[in-house]
Amino acid sequence: MSRPAQRGMSGRAKAALALIALMALVPPLAALAGDPFLTVVASRMAVFAIAALSLDLILGFGALVSFGHAAYLGLGAYAVAVCARHGITDLFVQIAAGAAASALFALVSGAISLRTRGIYFIMITLAFGQMAYFFFVSLSAYGGDDGTTLAARSTVFGRPLLENDTVFFYVVLACLATAFGLLHRLAGSRFGRALAGTRESELRMQAIGFRPFRYRLAAYVISGMICSVAGVLLANQTEYVSPAYMAWTRSGELIVMLLLGGIGTLAGAMAGALATVALEELLAGWSEHWRLGFGLILLGVVLWSPAGLTGLIRRLLPEEGR
Amino acid sequence: MANLFLLQLLNGAQFGILLFLVAAGLTLVFGIMDFINLAHGVLYMLGAYLMAMFALSTGSFWLGLALALGATLVVGLVLEWLVFRRLYDRPHLDQVLATFALMMILSEGVKILWGSAPLNVAMPELLSGSVPLAGPLRYPVYRIAIIVAGLATALGLWAMITRTRVGMLLRAGASNRPMVAALGTDISKFFMLVFALGAMLAGFAGALVSPVLSVDPGMGDQILILTFVVIVIGGVGSVKGAFAGALLVGITDTVGRIFGPIWLKMVMDPAAAAQAGRVLAPMLIYLLMAAILSWRPNGLFGRSTR
Amino acid sequence: MMKSTMTALALGATALAPLSALAEPVKVGVLMTLSGPPAVLGEHARDGALLALKTLGGTLGGQEAEFIIADAEGKPDIAAQKARRLVESDGAAFVIGPIFSNVMAAIAGPVTEGGAFLMSPNAGPSVFAGEGCNPDIFVVSYQNDQPDQVMGEYANSAGYGSVVLIAPNYQAGMDHLGGFKRTYEGTVTTELLTQLGQLDYSAELAQIAAFQPDAVYAFLPGGMGVNFVKQYAQAGLSGIPMMSSFTTDETTLPAMQDAALGMFSSGSWAPDLDAPGNAEFVEAFVAEYGRVPASYAAYAYDAVMLMDAAIAEAGTEDRDALRDALKTVDFPTVRGKFAFGQNQFPVQDFYLTEVVQREDGAYATSAKELVVADYVDAYAGACAAE
Repeated sequence: MSRPAQRGMSGRAKAALALIALMALVPPLAALAGDPFLTVVASRMAVFAIAALSLDLILGFGALVSFGHAAYLGLGAYAVAVCARHGITDLFVQIAAGAAASALFALVSGAISLRTRGIYFIMITLAFGQMAYFFFVSLSAYGGDDGTTLAARSTVFGRPLLENDTVFFYVVLACLATAFGLLHRLAGSRFGRALAGTRESELRMQAIGFRPFRYRLAAYVISGMICSVAGVLLANQTEYVSPAYMAWTRSGELIVMLLLGGIGTLAGAMAGALATVALEELLAGWSEHWRLGFGLILLGVVLWSPAGLTGLIRRLLPEEGR
Repeated sequence: MANLFLLQLLNGAQFGILLFLVAAGLTLVFGIMDFINLAHGVLYMLGAYLMAMFALSTGSFWLGLALALGATLVVGLVLEWLVFRRLYDRPHLDQVLATFALMMILSEGVKILWGSAPLNVAMPELLSGSVPLAGPLRYPVYRIAIIVAGLATALGLWAMITRTRVGMLLRAGASNRPMVAALGTDISKFFMLVFALGAMLAGFAGALVSPVLSVDPGMGDQILILTFVVIVIGGVGSVKGAFAGALLVGITDTVGRIFGPIWLKMVMDPAAAAQAGRVLAPMLIYLLMAAILSWRPNGLFGRSTR
Repeated sequence: MMKSTMTALALGATALAPLSALAEPVKVGVLMTLSGPPAVLGEHARDGALLALKTLGGTLGGQEAEFIIADAEGKPDIAAQKARRLVESDGAAFVIGPIFSNVMAAIAGPVTEGGAFLMSPNAGPSVFAGEGCNPDIFVVSYQNDQPDQVMGEYANSAGYGSVVLIAPNYQAGMDHLGGFKRTYEGTVTTELLTQLGQLDYSAELAQIAAFQPDAVYAFLPGGMGVNFVKQYAQAGLSGIPMMSSFTTDETTLPAMQDAALGMFSSGSWAPDLDAPGNAEFVEAFVAEYGRVPASYAAYAYDAVMLMDAAIAEAGTEDRDALRDALKTVDFPTVRGKFAFGQNQFPVQDFYLTEVVQREDGAYATSAKELVVADYVDAYAGACAAE
């Protein structure tokens, strides 16, 4: 069904790049429309697109449904808070710290979780996510569940460049493009094909000498590290960090974004994140009962378009299919 | 101290049985139909709300309970007909997404119909009050009723699945549907019944706990995760496992919360023990789940496939 | 603290409205958690604010006013974004909200840096009361610890020698128990920390029964409180007095009913508080929304009345003048009297309240006795305003 990236530019990669290019037009268009707030919304979309992309690596390509992925969002966010508390405000150092913490957490929790399959994997990742959540809830030094406010956004080479919303947006977008490029290359590489192979048939892979566990664990760690970057950016956007970022409902929302867009295509993950944030933004502005409408739309998508939005588009434009 | 410990053990077991009541329907649908139903929590909530509505309008707890049971059965049938039967052959992830959507729709629907303020369900005269236990301790009669209901549900389910022809067909249907259909059984009708039964069990649990717990729009979300923990610890699809898992979770949570800090104080200085207790207490059941799954990846009583 | 502007001017404002109809309306963001489980608190606050606007004929200080309702969804990051939209894109000069302290921490920056005033109808976290006080934040409710400190004072005066404390195991729980312990002079028998969203309290109730304290003090908001209070009565513990904060109020009482009768809490307002205009407010609220208002509604109502009086005095052009007016103007409060301290948290009277059944059958809190007058919060001294 969804064999990742063959040689040359696949339709999906083109679609993803087109999405990123379209997003790059948001700030000038927002300025034209006289509504600078659109840029803020677009930043949030891009942040969650990164998180959804990272989840797609394990869920879409490795068929590992992680129900604790928001933990990495939280680890990235807390990396900003902890670094800032100790006087380190540089964005790159914070990203490195968040990624290191996430890699460690993913390595330990992944090594245990990957012994299980199916619903058991879903629930054991939830367990680790909840442990991380409750750890930060009881962390009084950082406000416990009340969270902590950041004095300012991170600095880039010692300068407060991110304070400007437009600059911040383009930094987030650059991160998104980088994450996409990285994951696209990864999916097309021997590693990515082996990972997808473990999904199709574990036995066959073992027979030809692959050790699926190692591939899965490596993918799990990489995915967590990329997601932590989204966490660093989310903390910067809101200038506030709290355990609410890693609640299990947030993990569920990440899965929903991915399924809404279509799994295993990368472009679908981005489209799903964009659509989810946009829908929430539109519906919530319309009625406090927006969850009803959102639920109905989700149900409609899953009942009538099993492959998510990308599947829908593929069906509407058959010639662009593969 | 020893007396109190025993009592807390009993309290933990009683909480476990309460969890089992909710988990029973979930493990039934999951185990037999291999269907992940995230909407189980909202069905439980719906049971409590219907109970509140019927008990108030009829003025009788028992009449309300009967009507709530019937209503959740109907809701289960309607949902199966509208949504779930389209999802049996789909991958688990589609089921997750669809039932997550249903969760949003039903929670918001409940809020629109009954408002967001918590509701009250009066306790029946027959089951109110408390009986004396050791010393100044008393035990509420209603809790005893919940324990009896939970045990009865466990026994009934176990008997139905292992001892009746219906149960046998259902188990066969789950593992090889075309075969059972070829033998002349209308399997889709059976699935419809199982699903409705699962919904009714969820509704029964919600209605039964409504005099003890807050009936509010968040009650479904809270219980959902706990019940998933229970059935995963026990092994998906095993009623025995769900029962054991529920007891384990109930006892671990209750005893750990109360005695954890006391035990920690024996090995650490009080300030550090208090801090460690605060950090560890909410994680306990998740630590338990992670430990059990790393020891037995398919839960305590789970089958080894999948 | 008080200036000369009188109730009469606020009432007269309605008549002035047509004169300024040409001007741009005053925009006010109302940012509350309106979806998800704890929505009922936000609904009370929103309805209180809307009732005030209706009472004022849709104007604030004689200028036409537009209220923009936004849902914080209980998520701090979403709330921060919506606050920015309200202030930067919709041009709100005021934001009324939020309910929860963690949301307050997230929206305080976006609102005040965007040039708007934040008017809190409930959350009064200590971070904004002491060194972190902000001239653009007006907390119209109370400082978070105060209701607990008042209960501590009451426990002293009632002669309770030993008390068991119970609260959920998270930051707000610690803070509230800390507030009680700050003023309570007797023995704290034990502190029971419970899980967030805990369903079954039989283990804690067994501990309480075993200890037989003179009284119990609880901070268990929302559904947790409903579970606890119902089970407290069922376990036959009604003989031990129960004091609490944020546990037995008009948002949870409909679910607790008889189980909560006679339980104590504290507040600077109650539906039956004998203050000018309060009975009319409660009556209008019940008529409009079909339920007895909780403190969230009363404080949001007060916040709008305060804004109305301040705009009537200073207009909206000069922000500094408006800020001064907000700080000092006299407005018709349902609490009888009201004044801000130097940290722009209220200095006000606190009462002991008890759960009673009203004549119409509804359950509500009732003001029993004055516990402390002109209560200043514990952090105000650390605020170096000006």
